[in-house]
Amino acid sequence: MEEKKTLDLLKQTFPAVVKEASTNLGDDVVIIDREGLLGLANFLINKPHEYTMLLDLTCVDFLGQKPRFEMVYHLFSLPQNKRLRIKARLEENDLRIASLTSLWKNADWLEREVFDMFGVNFEGHPDLRRIFMYDCFEGHPLRKDYPLRKRQPCIKFRE
Amino acid sequence: MTRIQKEARPDTMLLNMGPSHPAMHGTIRIMLELDGERILNSEVEVGYLHRGFEKTCENRTYFNLLIYTDRLNYVSPLINNLGYAMTIEKMLGVEVPERAQYIRVIMSELSRISDHLTCLAAMAMESGAFTVFLYKMKAREFIWDVIEQTTGARMTTSYIRIGGVRADLHADFDTVLKTAIVETRKVLKDIHGLLDKNKIFLNRTRDIAVMTPEDALAFGWTGPCLRSTGVYYDVRKAHPYLTYDRLNFEVPLGERGDNFDRYMVRMKEMDQSLRIIEQAAQRLQKTPAGVLAQAFEPAEAIKASRLKRIKGGVNLSPNLEGSERDKYPGILSADKSYVIPPKDDTYTTMEGLISHFKFFMKGNGIRPPRGEVYFSVEGGNGELGYYIVSDGSDRPFRLHLRAPCFHIVAALEQLIRGRYVADVIPTFGSMNMIGGELDR
Repeated sequence: MEEKKTLDLLKQTFPAVVKEASTNLGDDVVIIDREGLLGLANFLINKPHEYTMLLDLTCVDFLGQKPRFEMVYHLFSLPQNKRLRIKARLEENDLRIASLTSLWKNADWLEREVFDMFGVNFEGHPDLRRIFMYDCFEGHPLRKDYPLRKRQPCIKFRE
Repeated sequence: MTRIQKEARPDTMLLNMGPSHPAMHGTIRIMLELDGERILNSEVEVGYLHRGFEKTCENRTYFNLLIYTDRLNYVSPLINNLGYAMTIEKMLGVEVPERAQYIRVIMSELSRISDHLTCLAAMAMESGAFTVFLYKMKAREFIWDVIEQTTGARMTTSYIRIGGVRADLHADFDTVLKTAIVETRKVLKDIHGLLDKNKIFLNRTRDIAVMTPEDALAFGWTGPCLRSTGVYYDVRKAHPYLTYDRLNFEVPLGERGDNFDRYMVRMKEMDQSLRIIEQAAQRLQKTPAGVLAQAFEPAEAIKASRLKRIKGGVNLSPNLEGSERDKYPGILSADKSYVIPPKDDTYTTMEGLISHFKFFMKGNGIRPPRGEVYFSVEGGNGELGYYIVSDGSDRPFRLHLRAPCFHIVAALEQLIRGRYVADVIPTFGSMNMIGGELDR
């Protein structure tokens, strides 16, 4: 009952942003237009929904599909004890989405990770740079077109 | 040039802590901007242990990638196994036998205790309490004896499989478990006596690195660190999995969210875990266990099975003890498409051999339906979540791990700002940074 409410409410409040809302294996899923992410997140973090936790933030590379990348956000609301998954597709030649660092503090590192692994640009991120890989690393390792066994030693191997 | 090098005031000193500092629990680098002993700013650099876990998993089959999950949080590998196996089970809709569920509960609670023991042992040692370290390592040995006897390994267990567990419990399990519980209780009592009112320890932990509940939530903290700030959130209670809803336990909460509370919550959680283990062990005895039929030596069995199928099992090698065919109904799902066929059959029957091949052949084996799933369990550090996208093939299209300590360590910069250099060590210790999980 409750889950229907949030999804319906989101559809009503953001008719231009929410493309699809459904329930998948017990979790609510909303597919949105990337432009509306910040507005939607702002709406969800406040009362009465209180999705105060950004559980996870990641990206999926659907190589060969258009649009190619999909951002996946998992929010959690303590009072409602509910998870919400937000998905937004990104075009390969226009890889940018609004940063959530103004709302959740852990978005800082999470977005750096996605930038490092997929090359997604987060607009408004204070310090967007690689987190796991080193600065001189070329390419984005979790993209599907990055070869599994490609090596990029930072210091050249000794002869 | 890193951020802090660019931003540092000219009259301050920049100091590196790590990556190879003895108190850095693995490899992490903290760059400190110091005014005397006081930390003005800091920058935490992670990624020294990055092994491309997610990339590797995307190129392995669902069955084969289980071993990589052992190497995430290497102090509690069983919980990582559990999280992964249950994510796939959620996707496939597999039913796990009750006995296997209780075994899983016991194993994950034992792992939780060993995780907390290791964290607090290191924290205490770095604050100068070496005795505490030795006591805790002693207790952990008893716990690892149980784990070793059940899984065959101390750290890289790979014991919890999709559909159940790898093998049934050892005949002596109850005795070993009882010893472990008794010894751990004794040690916990000693530790309470040694540290709770210890002035040196209190001075380094009380009211140091205080986290507010609001900030903890904004940082995505989960697990004991979040509960130390007084927020009631435990995955075992919020989204009960396995048989946790049938077991009685409490979720200890802290009040101030400082280093001492993080220590205390972990100590109390171990008590609760012991309680859970006792209850689960009691109920485990009531679940039906497979009884072994008369078994043949392998050579005999092969000879006898040339003409007709033999009755009874095969004496397997000690490595496979507990995973005989007769044991399967208790420990593994009845759905044959998700579990390895019993070795008794593989060695003696044609059909068994074929189904074994079919299970491991490229493009076969476990193939969850198209779609995505998120599932989380309560790990040693907090919510350990897996996000898996399947394209219907035998390899995950995308596997992402929600590592609890990634979110916790992200708050380190904020926690140590304005404190002294000496405060970094207990603060960092109380966070329980695990390199394998943090850097993946």
